[in-house]
Parts: sequence; C-alpha cells; structure tokens
Amino acid sequence: MAILKVDGQEIEVPDHFTLLQACEAAGAEVPRFCFHERLSVAGNCRMCLVEVKGGPPKPAASCAMSVRDLRPGPNGEAPEVFTTTPMVKKAREGVMEFLLINHPLDCPICDQGGECDLQDQAMAFGIDSSRYQENKRAVEDKYIGPLVKTIMNRCIHCTRCVRFTTEVAGISELGLIGRGEDAEITTYLEQAMTSELQGNVVDLCPVGALTSKPFAFTARPWELNKTESIDVMDALGSAIRVDTRGREVMRVLPRVNEDINEEWISDKTRYIWDGLKTQRLDRPYVRKDGRLQAATWAEAFGAIKAAVAGKTGDRIGAIAGDLASVEEIYALRELMTSLGSPNIDCRQDGTALHPSFGRASYVFNPTIAGIEQADALLIIGANPRIEAAVLNARIRKRWRMGGFPIALIGERSDLRYDYEYLGAGPETLAELVDGKGSFFATLKQAKNPLIIIGQGALTRADGLAVLGNVAKLAGAVGAVTAEWNGLAVLHTAAARVGGLDLGFVPAEGGKAAAEMLTETEVLFLLGADEMDFSKKTAFTVYIGSHGDNAAHVADVILPGAAYTEKSGTWVNTEGRVQMGNRAGFAPGEAREDWAILRALSDVLGKKLPFDSLAQLRARLYAQHPHFADINEIAASEGGDLGALAKKGGKMATSGFASPVKDFYLTNPVARASAVMAECSALARNNFKAAAE
Amino acid sequence: MSVRRLADEAVQPASFAFSPENAAWAEATINKYPKGREQSAVIPLLMRAQEQDGWVTKAAIEAIADMLGMAYIRALEVATFYTQFQLKPVGTRAHVQVCGTTPCMLRGAEELMDVCKRRIHAEPLQTNEDGTLSWEEVECQGACVNAPMVMIFKDAYEDLTPARLEEIIDQFQAGRGAKVKRGPQIDRILSAPEGGPTTLNGADAEPAKPSAPRSKKTPDEAASIPPSKAARAKTAAAETDPSLKTPATAKAEAAANTKVKGNARDEAGAKSPDDKSRPTGGKKPR
Repeated sequence: MAILKVDGQEIEVPDHFTLLQACEAAGAEVPRFCFHERLSVAGNCRMCLVEVKGGPPKPAASCAMSVRDLRPGPNGEAPEVFTTTPMVKKAREGVMEFLLINHPLDCPICDQGGECDLQDQAMAFGIDSSRYQENKRAVEDKYIGPLVKTIMNRCIHCTRCVRFTTEVAGISELGLIGRGEDAEITTYLEQAMTSELQGNVVDLCPVGALTSKPFAFTARPWELNKTESIDVMDALGSAIRVDTRGREVMRVLPRVNEDINEEWISDKTRYIWDGLKTQRLDRPYVRKDGRLQAATWAEAFGAIKAAVAGKTGDRIGAIAGDLASVEEIYALRELMTSLGSPNIDCRQDGTALHPSFGRASYVFNPTIAGIEQADALLIIGANPRIEAAVLNARIRKRWRMGGFPIALIGERSDLRYDYEYLGAGPETLAELVDGKGSFFATLKQAKNPLIIIGQGALTRADGLAVLGNVAKLAGAVGAVTAEWNGLAVLHTAAARVGGLDLGFVPAEGGKAAAEMLTETEVLFLLGADEMDFSKKTAFTVYIGSHGDNAAHVADVILPGAAYTEKSGTWVNTEGRVQMGNRAGFAPGEAREDWAILRALSDVLGKKLPFDSLAQLRARLYAQHPHFADINEIAASEGGDLGALAKKGGKMATSGFASPVKDFYLTNPVARASAVMAECSALARNNFKAAAE
Repeated sequence: MSVRRLADEAVQPASFAFSPENAAWAEATINKYPKGREQSAVIPLLMRAQEQDGWVTKAAIEAIADMLGMAYIRALEVATFYTQFQLKPVGTRAHVQVCGTTPCMLRGAEELMDVCKRRIHAEPLQTNEDGTLSWEEVECQGACVNAPMVMIFKDAYEDLTPARLEEIIDQFQAGRGAKVKRGPQIDRILSAPEGGPTTLNGADAEPAKPSAPRSKKTPDEAASIPPSKAARAKTAAAETDPSLKTPATAKAEAAANTKVKGNARDEAGAKSPDDKSRPTGGKKPR
C-alpha cells in the first residue's frame, strides 16, 4: 500500500495504482480522453495532468504515473499531488485549446452531442474563443463497416478504439496510420471490421468520431427514456440499457456488470433494435382456407378451443422457445399440466441436458467472472466467439494474463486467442478421458481447470454419452472440488436454463420437442422458431412476437411481446437469475405472453390461478424459491456429477459442430433486422474470401 | 508533409517476393530478435523491400506482415509513419532527395530544387515522363558542412552547384549513375577544408603561424556576390514589403511610441555576475 496526499487529503491506495486512480479514490475528479480502465495506458491525450509536489516543475500525466514513482518529502512526509491548483488548470486549458484547434464546431449536428466527453470537459476547461487563425485540419471519413460511422474530422487520436480492437476484441483491425498532423484512424485499406464486439468502439470514442451508423441522426440522448434491462440474444444475460422514444426502441447500450459483461456487449445485442420494429405480429391470425388471415382474439381463442376439444392430454404438446422468460414458461407449464399433457419441452435443439441430473449438470458452474481464476481451459464442441462473444472476450482477458493453456475439441476456428487443437470429435474426447495426451496432464496439474462444453457436443443423438464422458473427464482431472467446479455448460439460448430450472422437459411418458411436431395433434409454440417444421402435422398455435419460421406454418398466431416489451425473468448460462424491465409496449393488439396464456386458459376452461404478474410471481417463487433471488446464482451441488459420469454410453464418431452457424441470425428478432442481415452477408463474403 | 496513402491500385504489382539473396538476409534479420518479438524486424524488411523494388508496394507490406505474423494494419502503420518509405513509384534510375534544411537552404538548396523542378518534374515525388527520375525535398541528411547536398539512393553528393547537379542528373538519366563521383563535388576531402588542410600543417609541434587568408578574394570581390535569397520569404504579402516601417528600420519613430524611455535593461540595473555591488550570499552562476 502507498500513502499519498491528494489535494491535502491523505489516502492509502494499493501499490499498483496510477495517480489517476489514486485521485479518483480520494474523490478528486480527473478529466481524461485516452485513459480507460479496461484498456492499456496510452498517455497521449494529456488531459489528466496533475501537479506533483517535489517532482519535475511541470505537470505530470496522472494516468501514466504510478504512485510508486512519487517521492516523499525531505522529512519523509507523504508525497503530495494536486488536482485543482492554478498550474493544473492552466495546463489542462492549454491541452483543451490544442484539442479544439482542429476539432470542428459541429456539435449541433453531431450524434455524440449530449454525451460527449470533449463537450463536457470543454465546459470545464475550454476557453470561449480560439486564438487559432489558420485553416483547420480536414480528414477523409473512412468506411469501417456497416455498424460504425466515422466522422474523422472530430477524431482527437486517443487510440481507445485501436487498443480495444487489439486487446479486448483480439483482432488488430483498427490502426493509426500516418504521423503528426496527418495521423488517421482507419482499418487496413478501409475494409469493414469483422469483430463481433466492434460496436463497443462507439461507446469508447470520447468524441463523435465513431458513432453508431444505424442510430445516426435518429434521436438525441436527452429525449430518450432509459430502461435498464437484460439481453436475451445469447445465454449470457448481458446488462443493457434500452433507450426508447415513445413506443419505439431507438438503441441498446451496455450497462456495467462486472460479473457478466464488464462493459462490453456484442454487436447482435447492440444493433438488434431495428428487428423489433419489423416483421412484428401485431394482431391474432387464424389459418382459414389454407391462408393465415387476421382475426380477433375471440376468434383465435375459439379456433384453439375447437382444436383442443376432445383431445386427451397426451395428444397435446408445448415447446418453449429460446427467448421466452421464466414467467411465461411457467404459465405454459401450468396450462399444460391442467390439460393433462406430459408433452412439454424447452429444448428445441434436442440437447441432452436434463434437470434430473442436477442443476450443476446444466449451468456454467465456475461462473463467467470465475474464468479469471481458472488456470487451464478445455473447450469441447463450442465456438465461444459466436455463441457468446462477450464471454469469449473474458477468456481472452484471462489468456492475456498468461499461464492459461487452452485446448479445443471441435471445429477449428479463429477464437481470438491461441489454443491447442486436439481433435474434431468424440474420439479425441474418449482418448482424453482415458488419460492419454499431454493436455490431460495439463488439466490434471491445474489448480482450477475449466472445461467448457458447448451445445455443439450436446445437441446430438449421443449428447448424453458425451456429457457423461465430460463429467468423467472432469472427475478424472479434479475439476470438481469443494471450492471449484470447473464443469461449464455454455448455452446458446437465453431461456434454456430457466426452462430447465422449471422442469419444462417431457414428463413420464412425454414426448421430446422433435417428436411433438409429428406425434401430437395440438402443439403450442412459445416463440419456438429454431426447428425444422417441414414435417409438422400438428395443429399449431404460435405465441410469439415475430413472423418467422414457426409463424409461417402456424394455424393460429397469438401476438406476444418481445423481450423489451415485457418484464420478465431470465436465467443465464451461469444459473444467475436476472430480471428484465419493460421499455415500451408491444405493438397493436400484441400482449405479454403470460397474459395470453392466462386468457387462453380461461377459454379452455382451465383457468390459471393468477390475474396479475405479481400473483404469477408469488406462485412461481413459492414453488421455485431460487427465482426470487434476483442477480444471484443458486448454489448447485457438485456431487451429482458422479452419477452423470456413469451415464456414459457409446459416442458416435462424427465431429462436433457449433449449432450457431451464423452469429448474426440466431433468433426471430435478429432475422427481422436489416442491420443484422447486412452484417451476416458481409461476414459470409469475408468467410468466402478467407476460404479461397 | 501530407497525407500518405498507398499508390493507386493500377500501379500496384500483384505479388511480392524477396529475391533469394534478400530472403536469406531477411531470415537472418528476423533471427536477430528474440522469439515472440519478430515484429521488430518490420522496418529493416520494409526498407529492403524498397531497395529491391524501388518503392514499398501493397503486396510487399502484406508479404512482410505475413512473414512477421503481424496484422496488415500494424505494418501499414509503420510504412505510413516513416517518410523514408516511398509508397508510390519513384524514379527507377534516380530518386533525388534534396536537403532543404537550414544550412543547405542558406547555401542554395532552393536553386538545386529549381533544377529538379526544371529537369525532372514540377512537383516533388512525381516521376519524369519516362519514369526514370523523381525528386523530393527531405530534412537534414547530416552533411551540413558540405551544404548544399542531395542524396540519391544511399549516396550523398555534396558541395553542389546547380550546374553540377544538372550534370549529375544527366549522368543518372543516361544510366551512368555509378560513375559519378560521390561525396564532395569540389576540391575537398570528405568534410576537410576546401583546398586542403589549414591547420596542423607543419611537421613540428611549433605553434602554427597565423594562416594566410583563406580566401584570396579582395573585399570588393566578396561583396560582389549577391546575398542568398534563401531566407527571403517567397510571398507578395503586404507585411513583407521592404519599404514598410518597422521598429527595426525606423528606430526613432518606434522610440517615440514606447512608454519606457531609454534602455529599459540598463535602467533596471541588471548586474553582471562579477559586479562588486552584487548581493552577497548564494553562488555565482557558472
């Protein structure tokens, strides 16, 4: 610990702190442009100058000076730092004046206006007029992709974007070319960026040089209503802020959540919002004469009642989709129970995970933040980069710290960090389980070995056998101890862990999702779009928000609310219970899904015993108490893995393949988004070009 | 200096490869750096690619980035940072780099540039019609003693006159650049005095006699050489008009305008370090 005085106030801070961090700890505000807590120190904006007593008689850049570099006074007094002296003020005013020399005065038409660091700090350190008489510098705007718009005149060369892409995203796409006055931020020959995390450079840019292209000129930050919510595009449950104007979602921004996403979100999370406006189901539809035709709620419910009438419970089925909240899955489960149906499933992709194996068998046990404690990683049948881009950044963060051997079984791809490729499929896994191969020893020697198993290894006919073998491997290398559970199941669907927690899987004698399509007579789809409906024979009721795969083949469509339009609970891949909030109302006659199910139950004569979301939650929490612990992970037993390990059966020989084929088009909302379609096309072309 | 971009796609060659000799050299250069730090070799490799092809092509940047396992943008950053890397084709027989920094400028570098403009191209970094010659102005090449000078590839040509530079350009254009004498173009060895040594001439250790005047020119002759126009501003702006009255040219008028009369410094009584009336205590400045 180091003791120093900041503006006369004595404070003790850890040795590794910089002056800037020490000043912040003492409550002194230090302006900055280039410094960012999660990026390396560049020290090139010079805005964070402070006065150091006993140091050189010039201001010091506080972001780049360590508290260890301070000298004590002649009699051993604590070193002193000042942040408010006239020298500091004059120095910062000088820096600001230089920054503003070449910065255009286009705040009224700049999208950063209102949330611009330069604007804010110019209010504190700017002078009222310019002494600069020459022409301002003009810089050509660069094309760097469909998501990030550039207005390069505004760039102040802080290089945050360059450091982000290189360090966090793990792909050196942006750079600072030229020198001095001619320095310019660009991608190599203005190619589009390819990172799944590129949208974060918009947040990082302290000025309006990099702004959101789809959001350009649509709204001002101060006219938007901000709603804190949870993302459902992947199974991480990243913390987001949904900005709305009226009913319309205008943009999605990340919130800080150190446990999950730090402060990054993937491009799919950020740029999905135009999909919330298009392809929406805003009124009920009933299929008449082979065509879906608009109907009233009463007609739609009537059609369902007629279809259900006289069917026994085992002829009725229900499948919960990937974006559904816990509340609506719970309502659907209660409805199916009252109809006497054992055919319920939340596993559209047919994954082998099952609540009967214990909760530890289907969650990301070590937690996302826990990746930083791991010291060896084996990835089985997953591509974290496209299945959970933010989690992949966390793995990369751990990898950059060093001493983190990573190996992969599955599809070979660029994961933004180096790994040892062990093999394609079950054979390699079997060898590893038998203790062969050097990586077995690496895992065994590691104190906290981490084994990530993805849906690519579990959504196969032999998924259970693979899971059993992985459990066996985890036991063999000591990945499960009293302090550490290194078996991590990586989900791709936001609703999956919640559904499994609710036990939304076929009951005794019930049919699994794939069988239901052909072997039931009435099928309820709660936003389930990711299946092959070509062989479907059942009378299908689709409850969902978007006219996607399932809506096209449905017989009755009941319009539901998208994830920004309802308050709902989601459980992320770690098993963390989180609640999202309603940012706006669903369009037209669409209603929240739990309310649709409640109304439908009344029509079917099986009235569900709740009239409000609060009553629903009260019943839910009574039956499943852990859902009441928002933002917590219910402890799961590690011991039941032993039983799971015995489940091992014969594994097939085909290689593991990630279920996510296209990062940008994984759910109905994304498929309705024009921005995602453009990104997808670009990524496909890049992939093609790379393969050539 | 201006924004530096890669050359137009039309002139970029499709591929780049080091010659066998250069490839071996490149491998040895890369091996000079510790494992994991191979990227440090990017500057020598880019320079060798420029020596091989005459300029740094896009293909060369990509090939070298691949050799060193670095992102293309990182290599591009380096190539665009240093003006010594030619990103566009330059003269195949000679790229004349005229030093324009102060000593050379005072000794007539501008006349050399006029020669280049006339003989090669009106603009720097543009090749002449048959692509054999180009020129540019560069900063100090470290031969100030022998100013003015130009650098062509790795050789310096010093103590130039416009006429001599034209001869040199002629030789290079004709492909006889190797035959041109390098270094000083007058009677001088390296940067020794013109016409031979002027000090320590005697074989014995006797104190040297005051040497004969180096220049045999009479004062009249010396004055007949017009002063260089090098430092004269090339502008027609009103404030550069020599007839303009300034405090320097019209001292009396300026003095009438000042508030403090007389020499302000004298009146303030600045004391010399050796002044007896200087306050005691404290050290003398050295």
